[in-house]
Amino acid sequence: MSLASVETVAAEPGAVIAAPAGVVRAVLRTWSARIGLVILVLFLVVAVFGPWLAPYPTTPTSGQIFAPPGPGHPLGTDDAGVDMLSLILKGARVSLIVGFASACVAMIIGGTVGVVTGHFGGRTDSFLMRVADYFLVIPDVPLMVVMAALFGRSLTNIIIIIALIYWASTARLIRAQTRSVRERHFVRRAKSIGAGHPRLLMTHIVPQIVPLLIANTVLMIALGIYAETFVTFLGLGDPEATSWGSILQDAFAASAQTNGAWWAIVPPGLCVTVVVVGFTLVGQTVEEELNPRLRVGHLAYRRFRVRPLGGDLSRD
Amino acid sequence: MTGTYLVKRVVFAFITILVAITVNFVMFRALPGDAVSGLRCRQCTVEFKRAQIHDLGLDRPLVVQYALYMRGLAHGDLGRSLRAPYPTVTSSLWEPIKKTIPMITLGTIFSIVVGVAVGVIAAWRRGSLVDRGATGATLAAYAMPTQWLALLFVLYVAGWLGLPSSGVNDPDLQVAQVLGTVSWPDLAWDQFKHMILPALAIGIVFAGDYSLITRSALVETLGEDYVLTARAKGLPPRRIIRRHALRNAMLPIATLMALSLGTIVGGVLVVEYVFSYPGIGLAVVEAIDKRDYPVLQGAFLLLTVGVVLANLIADLIYPKIDPRVTLT
Repeated sequence: MSLASVETVAAEPGAVIAAPAGVVRAVLRTWSARIGLVILVLFLVVAVFGPWLAPYPTTPTSGQIFAPPGPGHPLGTDDAGVDMLSLILKGARVSLIVGFASACVAMIIGGTVGVVTGHFGGRTDSFLMRVADYFLVIPDVPLMVVMAALFGRSLTNIIIIIALIYWASTARLIRAQTRSVRERHFVRRAKSIGAGHPRLLMTHIVPQIVPLLIANTVLMIALGIYAETFVTFLGLGDPEATSWGSILQDAFAASAQTNGAWWAIVPPGLCVTVVVVGFTLVGQTVEEELNPRLRVGHLAYRRFRVRPLGGDLSRD
Repeated sequence: MTGTYLVKRVVFAFITILVAITVNFVMFRALPGDAVSGLRCRQCTVEFKRAQIHDLGLDRPLVVQYALYMRGLAHGDLGRSLRAPYPTVTSSLWEPIKKTIPMITLGTIFSIVVGVAVGVIAAWRRGSLVDRGATGATLAAYAMPTQWLALLFVLYVAGWLGLPSSGVNDPDLQVAQVLGTVSWPDLAWDQFKHMILPALAIGIVFAGDYSLITRSALVETLGEDYVLTARAKGLPPRRIIRRHALRNAMLPIATLMALSLGTIVGGVLVVEYVFSYPGIGLAVVEAIDKRDYPVLQGAFLLLTVGVVLANLIADLIYPKIDPRVTLT
């Protein structure tokens, strides 16, 4: 099908692979990526040092219930009288951990499947790609909800569920890249002088895949943070953990929206939005640098694709 | 050639649905404990629970259960809800679906109209401030959690526009309907008003998708020779876009229309929850809350089938919209 696809394009031999230095330069050169980088650094600092920065403990009744922002409580208090600023600072850590962990698991599954299917082809390839197609076509949030409801409410489960659903798009991308690298001259030469599969993979193919995999993981982190808010909002989050998603859920459960307590709703959602924008801006710049063809035409559709679509426009 | 393409797509859709059914079946049964021990009921005796297990057929061998499940599905029977008075899953999902479909239709229309308009303007004035603003807004719409947008609507927009922010009917009108003192246009208008905010929340998120895809498709076609010719002939921009450029952008837009259903469904869950809109999303949320697994599984299956069919339709209409699409 001539429908523009990342896959068919990347499968053509000769797609440029930039050196890591080029990627760093691209990020520092592009305005949008610079903004993204600043956002990321800022929130990483908050996630690491948040609990020490928090002005109040996050146990209930450190203040008046639903107190508006004012001196003492710069972001007001929630329905249990907890300081909102302290909650937001505390929630940053859990939200980012879920994002990072789920993206890493998705990267490991998707990367392995992508490299193996791309390199070996054959029956395993067609079978695993059908499985990937299944995960791409199935509605993601309902599947997450069903799995979360069945597996039980814990942070580890949420991380695994998110990764299990989103590995497929990574696998497709990496498979395409592997197939393109496999046909390059240096790989063929290595093969012709007798390099075995382990050596071909480890010294020639995987190093060419890693940059793209990292870029994809950065985008996946955004997706993980975003997905966590959905699962948590539907009452399937870890009851013990405070994340931005759970703060939003608590505010909704306490009817902050009808009580006009905007300070309980605006900050957590804004944090999610800003962080997702940050990761997306950086991830896209890196990905474009690695695969310049993404910039042209309606391939550019993949820009800003935070959520994989129900299906994928980039399938063959 | 067309024949094989068609067959391939239909077979893939069929297998996907079959896999979804099987996964559904296995997930439901592979759980530690079973549906009945998960029942939250204090008065239930062991005998009652055992009777329930027998009633639901959970004491039969798995293969028999699978066969029964499939037979039930073939008859449109998704099983029984665990909630007293044990209505069938099909009946407890049917009413909600009828409420959801008009709502997401309204949302989709909104997102197409706004998205395509913004995309056209951004493409026509590429690189301008308007273009950059549109791109920024698109990114923001993508990054916003849908439930947050919905909550912001309740906070700020509902009061400002005087729109209801919860439910599907005005309670007073419901009483009047029973009494027969209200005419149907009033009722319909009332329902429409309740639909607007949830539809907008879903629509805004997807307007971003449409504007992005319209923009990139248009930017590409606007660089084509025939558009240059049209400009050289002195055609007004409006006509160039409508008759020459936008037509070629139709394929990705139509594709998105079908494929977006999978993601819309996710938005529907949280949006209906926020607005207490009694559609399929709220039914799912209530099923989660009450640990009513059969309803949850039934809803999941229905949504999956809907999305797979939408994908199939997209696959089948590509060649109709764009003859250049080669069928393989």
